[in-house]
Amino acid sequence: MSNVLVVAEVVGGAVTKATLTSVTFAREAAKRTGGQVHGLVIGQGVGAAATELAKYVSTVHVADDAALKNPIAEAYAQVVKAAAEAAGATVIAMGATAHGKDVMPRAAALMGAGMASDVTGFAGDGWGVKRPVQAGNVIATVEVTTDKKVFTTRPTEFEAAAEAGAAGAVSALSVSVGGLKTQFVSFDAVKSERPQLTEASVVVSGGRGLKEADNFHKIMEPLADKLGAAIGASRAVVDAGWVPNDMQVGQTGKVVAPNLYIAVGISGAIQHVAGMKGSKTIVAINKDPEAPIFQVADYGLVADLFKAVPELLEKL
Amino acid sequence: MKILVTVKRVTDYERKVKIKPDGSGFETEGMNFVPNPFDEIAVEEALRLTKEHGGDVVVVSIGPNDATQQIRQALAMGAQRGILVQAGELDSDAVARVLQKLVEKENPDLVLMGKQATDDDANQAGQLLAGYLGWPQATFASKTEGLESAEEKAQKPGVKVADGWASVAREADGGIETIKVQLPAVITTDLRLNHPRFASLPGIMKAKKKPIEEIPVASLGVDITPKVRVLKYEEPPARLAGVKVADVDELVNKLKNEAKVI
Repeated sequence: MSNVLVVAEVVGGAVTKATLTSVTFAREAAKRTGGQVHGLVIGQGVGAAATELAKYVSTVHVADDAALKNPIAEAYAQVVKAAAEAAGATVIAMGATAHGKDVMPRAAALMGAGMASDVTGFAGDGWGVKRPVQAGNVIATVEVTTDKKVFTTRPTEFEAAAEAGAAGAVSALSVSVGGLKTQFVSFDAVKSERPQLTEASVVVSGGRGLKEADNFHKIMEPLADKLGAAIGASRAVVDAGWVPNDMQVGQTGKVVAPNLYIAVGISGAIQHVAGMKGSKTIVAINKDPEAPIFQVADYGLVADLFKAVPELLEKL
Repeated sequence: MKILVTVKRVTDYERKVKIKPDGSGFETEGMNFVPNPFDEIAVEEALRLTKEHGGDVVVVSIGPNDATQQIRQALAMGAQRGILVQAGELDSDAVARVLQKLVEKENPDLVLMGKQATDDDANQAGQLLAGYLGWPQATFASKTEGLESAEEKAQKPGVKVADGWASVAREADGGIETIKVQLPAVITTDLRLNHPRFASLPGIMKAKKKPIEEIPVASLGVDITPKVRVLKYEEPPARLAGVKVADVDELVNKLKNEAKVI
């Protein structure tokens, strides 16, 4: 019997939804180890986040230290290793966010553990897990064969966990992470009034069919405002510099799974589709009836987007 | 400075791979192989850094003998020499430990790698390598200036190296994070760090004469037993194509009354 450790991600003092989706995976894993789910909160002044996470797990380990203020992989990976030992955990999981992808492989190296990235679920009753490869065109079932197993879990593939019956304990974890060869310099947040792309229930995405950057803003922003949606973009549009990098939806960008995804002027390259095909309802508006996006769209409208989107705006 | 860059031979990401009927792997017949696109960005960044600071770029590939083609492509872009570690399919962990051996042999100031290979999409090898070496890491290197900037047109490196430290703008959740790592370090590249150059004809001619050292993986003394075993490959569940609607009115009606999402 051994435990499962979920590494939390804390943004603005709060535990992220991605963390709670990883708790859902961890509860499944704990059925296999016969142990309990523990949590790990790392940072400075993260007491409130630890108390919050304790509603979902049996014990929260908190490494609260000035040296851990910023999410530096070199430091955090050491804390993950120490926490896994303190928790008696053989399974260590974290959401497959940029942060999780940065920290967890390094932690796996320190622990001598095998790791499966971007896991979308268990394949059966054993340790086989599913994960997308080849830009999402193929699903691999893989098994981590080491005693300690590390996973990052794709946030869009798991429900956020519900609170457990009783709040768990909170336990301080002291880790010395001196001699770091990494220095934090700055963080430039993309400021937006809109919901986060990966957490929004509605996403509207624009592609090359919008023809130029000005149109992207003129057409997509009112539609997003009307629907309370986050705005995404195809890689072509991001590469052209119309919109910032972090708006890219696709296997190499953000993976989203909202209730409603509206693709405007997007042809549907395979790597884009890999980033949005988990959406509940997909709408595609494109003037080319042969565009591959229509193969995954629940509702396809073959039309000139410059007429259709303003009309849609009016009628919503 | 001396930079070690990895180039993995991968199936062409623009084409769909065919899974073998028994799910054990992929049909290789008729498949096109290319350098991992993220690795090409790493090669480009290495060339820009050595142009600015002097030094050599050594290209490493771990794979079949045919991976020589991908090494030659990087040499044609301007790298000085190549190393092919002859091996079958390895998991990310074995790749990292093979690279660790090469790093100990070559003593580079910097290892530049693509953030992930577009075949297995693992996004692990760079971080694992940094962990094994005890080196700092800067993953998902991007740049603050953007790909339309004057800096990019002038082929300036996005990674700034000064006084033994590299400053890296990283693609983080919700923004760009800038960190400094002390060299030697591992840096992995994201899509928007640079536009890789095309090889010139003289570059291709020169590349034919550049040395490629071949090293059988067994000679390195690394245990390559996988820590992650692939049980099978399968097609993802097909998403059923939906319906075409005639006009905006029908679309709004369907969204309201059928899908009930607005």
